[in-house]
Amino acid sequence: MEAATKPKLRVATTSLAGCFGCHMSFLDIDERLFDLVKLVEFDRSPLTDIKHCGPCDIGIIEGGLCNAENVHVLREFRANCKTLIAIGACAVNGGLPAQRNHLSLASILEEVYHAQHGLVDGFIPNDPELPLPLDKVHPIHEVVKVDYFIPGCPPSGDAIWKVLTDLLAGREPELGHGLIHYD
Amino acid sequence: MSQNNNQPASFELDGKTIPFQAGQTIIQAAMAAGVYIPHLCFNPEFKPHGSCKLCTVKANGRQTASCTQQAQAGMVVESDTKELNDERRALLQMLFVEGNHFCPSCEKSGNCQLQATAYEMDMMSPHFDHFFPDRPVDASHAEYLLDFNRCILCSLCVRASRDVDGKNVFALSGRGIKTHLIVNARSGHLADTDFSGADKAAQVCPVGVILKKRVGFAVPIGERSFDQQPISATPHPMKQEG
Ligand code: SF4
Ligand code: SF4
Ligand code: FES
Repeated sequence: MEAATKPKLRVATTSLAGCFGCHMSFLDIDERLFDLVKLVEFDRSPLTDIKHCGPCDIGIIEGGLCNAENVHVLREFRANCKTLIAIGACAVNGGLPAQRNHLSLASILEEVYHAQHGLVDGFIPNDPELPLPLDKVHPIHEVVKVDYFIPGCPPSGDAIWKVLTDLLAGREPELGHGLIHYD
Repeated sequence: MSQNNNQPASFELDGKTIPFQAGQTIIQAAMAAGVYIPHLCFNPEFKPHGSCKLCTVKANGRQTASCTQQAQAGMVVESDTKELNDERRALLQMLFVEGNHFCPSCEKSGNCQLQATAYEMDMMSPHFDHFFPDRPVDASHAEYLLDFNRCILCSLCVRASRDVDGKNVFALSGRGIKTHLIVNARSGHLADTDFSGADKAAQVCPVGVILKKRVGFAVPIGERSFDQQPISATPHPMKQEG
């Protein structure tokens, strides 16, 4: 057994204003996941269903910030993770959700819940359980310090693997041509 | 500085000897020798504009735009250094946050010089806070659309329309951070100009502003020019799809 080997690094992941595409791309590392779980164990993540992030070595954030809850989760990750990684276009620059930024929030809510065809009696949801939307969508580096970025929509499994293996080996992560993509 | 008349004049670029002809700029001579210096507003077919500063090098220890600085015999030029590339990356990051560059939905992605130059400079994040400006698209023309969200104010369309097409369809207006591209029509709309798809101005935009309608994604993302090879390996990166 590997009982005497180094303690495993703890990794947490989450999706904020994202589509889970980056998490799907992470799963695209396929059988390399078996190598990965020899080196790391997961804390809060859609893979574990743990609800709050505890002390971790690496936090991986998919998605930008479009509501108040996103900001709370991001701060929880930053407070608990030694190294924080932004993964994917939405975390890095706001991505698709940020395409609403040139519209007023009021006009968007109006359009989505009132004005559109078939919504005559619609109302804007105001249950206190619902996190309040932010006026604008922001990439995560505008709110907390981010240590590393993996751009791409989504980044390829190979790009994610490269950054993770660089970090696990104590190297400065580097992507280079073919792995660095913004699309 | 005496030159042997049988030998072409030359200067040194990152330790490499680059021959040049009288009147050539540093970037022209470097390009002719197959050496890449990052650039955005320079296009070998046009007079230099000297505005983006991506091509900044150190010539004899002083920073200068290599697209406007004439080559001189014996000059010692540095370009591919950490210091200059760090500054180039910062310029690129500013260009990204000043506009709206959502590459996944941009028809130019993979053929875009801004994006490819950012890849070349290992730009992993925009670093600065985004402006998220509001710049409506001009879709008035039957065949072409203008997505101002991606304009980097390189003035290539201005130069092409004025100097090659003889039409003056485009101009840069305003100053400093307020500089923006305008269309010379009373309405401000492309449809109300004599712009045509046969114009040189329709071919020169290094980013995804001036786009032909109805040719979207003829070549899939991932198979486009700078997906195949980095911009530094592309001798003349002026490439327009569609
Ligand atoms: S113009 Fe270039 S950098 Fe801007 S969105 Fe399009 S591909 Fe991306
Ligand atoms: S539209 Fe394109 S060619 Fe014209 S100034 Fe803007 S970036 Fe340059
Ligand atoms: S390429 Fe020289 S200043 Fe833009």
